[in-house]
Amino acid sequence: MKKIVTGNKAVAEAVKQAVPGVVAAYPITPQTEIVEQIAEFVSGGLMPTRYIAVESEHSAMAACIGASITGVRTFTATSSHGLLYMHEMTNWAAGARLPIVMANVNRSLGPGWNIWAEHTDALQERDTGWLQVYVSTVQEAYDTILMAFRIAEHNDVLLPVMVNLDGFLLSHIMQPVDTVELGDFIPKIRLPHAIDPKHPAGYGTLTGPDQQFKFRWDIERSMRDSVKVIEETGKDFAKRFGRKYGFTEDYLCDDAEVIVIALGTLGKEAEVAVDILRKEGIKAGSMRLRWLRPFPKLNLKGKQVVVIDRDYSFGRGGILATEIMAQTKEDLYSVIAGIGGQEVTYDDIAGFVRTRRMGEEFWFGVNAHV
Amino acid sequence: MLKCTSACAGCSDSLALRYVLKAAGPDTVMVVPACCTSVIQGIYPNTAFNVPVYNIAFGAAAACASGMSNAFRAAGKKTNVIVYAGDGGTLDIGIQAMSGAFERGTDFLYICYDNEAYGNTGMQRSGGTPMGAKTTTTPTGKTDAKKDIDMIIAAHDPPYMATACAAYPQDIFKKVQKALTFRGPTFIHILAPCPPGWRYPTEKSVEMGKLAVKSGMWVLYEREYGKVTIGPQSKAAMKKPLPLEEYLSPQGRFKGIDPKIVEILKQKIAKNYQRLAAEEEASA
Repeated sequence: MKKIVTGNKAVAEAVKQAVPGVVAAYPITPQTEIVEQIAEFVSGGLMPTRYIAVESEHSAMAACIGASITGVRTFTATSSHGLLYMHEMTNWAAGARLPIVMANVNRSLGPGWNIWAEHTDALQERDTGWLQVYVSTVQEAYDTILMAFRIAEHNDVLLPVMVNLDGFLLSHIMQPVDTVELGDFIPKIRLPHAIDPKHPAGYGTLTGPDQQFKFRWDIERSMRDSVKVIEETGKDFAKRFGRKYGFTEDYLCDDAEVIVIALGTLGKEAEVAVDILRKEGIKAGSMRLRWLRPFPKLNLKGKQVVVIDRDYSFGRGGILATEIMAQTKEDLYSVIAGIGGQEVTYDDIAGFVRTRRMGEEFWFGVNAHV
Repeated sequence: MLKCTSACAGCSDSLALRYVLKAAGPDTVMVVPACCTSVIQGIYPNTAFNVPVYNIAFGAAAACASGMSNAFRAAGKKTNVIVYAGDGGTLDIGIQAMSGAFERGTDFLYICYDNEAYGNTGMQRSGGTPMGAKTTTTPTGKTDAKKDIDMIIAAHDPPYMATACAAYPQDIFKKVQKALTFRGPTFIHILAPCPPGWRYPTEKSVEMGKLAVKSGMWVLYEREYGKVTIGPQSKAAMKKPLPLEEYLSPQGRFKGIDPKIVEILKQKIAKNYQRLAAEEEASA
């Protein structure tokens, strides 16, 4: 069924169809519409879900952990400072191998108070053991939430999944969404280590230096196994519902001499920039990265690479650029653009490609090359 | 409680735990934040508890339990969800999550066992440390008063709350059983004397708990739907309280305490008991 909704409402609609047993959440701009909509579904009897209106994000994730370990499907949503406030518990959720799904509406960090799009919030959660995916359209937000539950709960994964959508640029933008009849696309949740008083066990007890690394390696093993599960889930989704999703969304990359790589809506905007550049005779392509964890193998051989980061790691560089540098020896031009919702148009992106200076970093707006 | 516990010698918390678990029965899950009980339950792959124990970050126990309780109830399960947290995890870092869980009417029992300092990190002062007590972060004695968490909990108006003391195990047993008959959030605050922290010989934990009650430093009472009932042990003790010095002097943590602080503590004991007695009379 076709509907025209915001990114936030599309997320809530997908969550409703996935029927979590428990949703625990705390409001923060620009995520609020997701939790308001879910609360409305629950109170209107449209979702047989317990909605726990907790007193903080730290407690939101802790409540999701407590619920998830009983074996029920669990969801939360947050943004920016909310995500950072739950940081201790995001580590706990992954360490405890709980398939919690979270929507994170990407937003800048204070000070100053800035509620606009930026990816530094989610990228600071990079090393927690969560799978991370970034979406670029309202349809993709809806579809990816559905896939996220199936991937997280898969027996070979059992790790939490964070679905990222750009604050306002996607959360509050209305686009058409084709909703699906879910059928058995997401199987019934079966958590092998669910708490059972008939089989008492200690969860997260004191663990010595001779044991802890084994649990950490187990997370990494599942992170690697998740690659196959993500591929399978994408294929089955395409077969059932007709829309294809991979680790990246490649646009005119095959014969391209220069490839633009970005996350989220910037990555989508880059496709328009590629069309403009192609008309000028510049052989450009765009590769929008969907999955950041697990990080996919990118084929960039022989290409010049322009990476746009809506984020930064002070003293090092654009976080996405740094990730890509770790994987390729190809020349790279790192552009820092879109911080705190700074406007970046497809014309701007085409400009970055035209005036690229390989091996350098460029701060858009400041016009500083480093 | 099984044999592989790794509690310190003379630990009164393990005594309290034994009775809490006995009273709660097998259909129980314990949620434990960072505290002495994280250690007492034993080392992976062993566990000294014969019920599932979910360990969680320091400030998160009540929130975790609130998710768990909601999930169990939604699945139609009556499993007892018991938070078992220390004074640091309750009065200090966990207070926000606890207040939230009580305000939301979470169906759980929250037990705070109070050894009046951060025990397993080596006795640093907490909000539960009494005035005058030396800890590793108050080497000359704490200058601030003990936070009255029971008044804070009472302000949330739970259906049932009580104080208890590890030296009175039958009283703990009865109160836990009673608390678990209520729907909604209930609270039990157990004083748990600690030999290495309070600096007294390991065989004197029960004696120390009894001295706390007999001197009025600790009052045993219940609050059921707002109705206060002072326990017979405290009523008997407060007819003629033991001189406070008899409680303070066997404990190394009060060694060299300023007599002015002893006077303040005595005044606080009298005022606290008067308040509770007045509440008992008013709610009778």
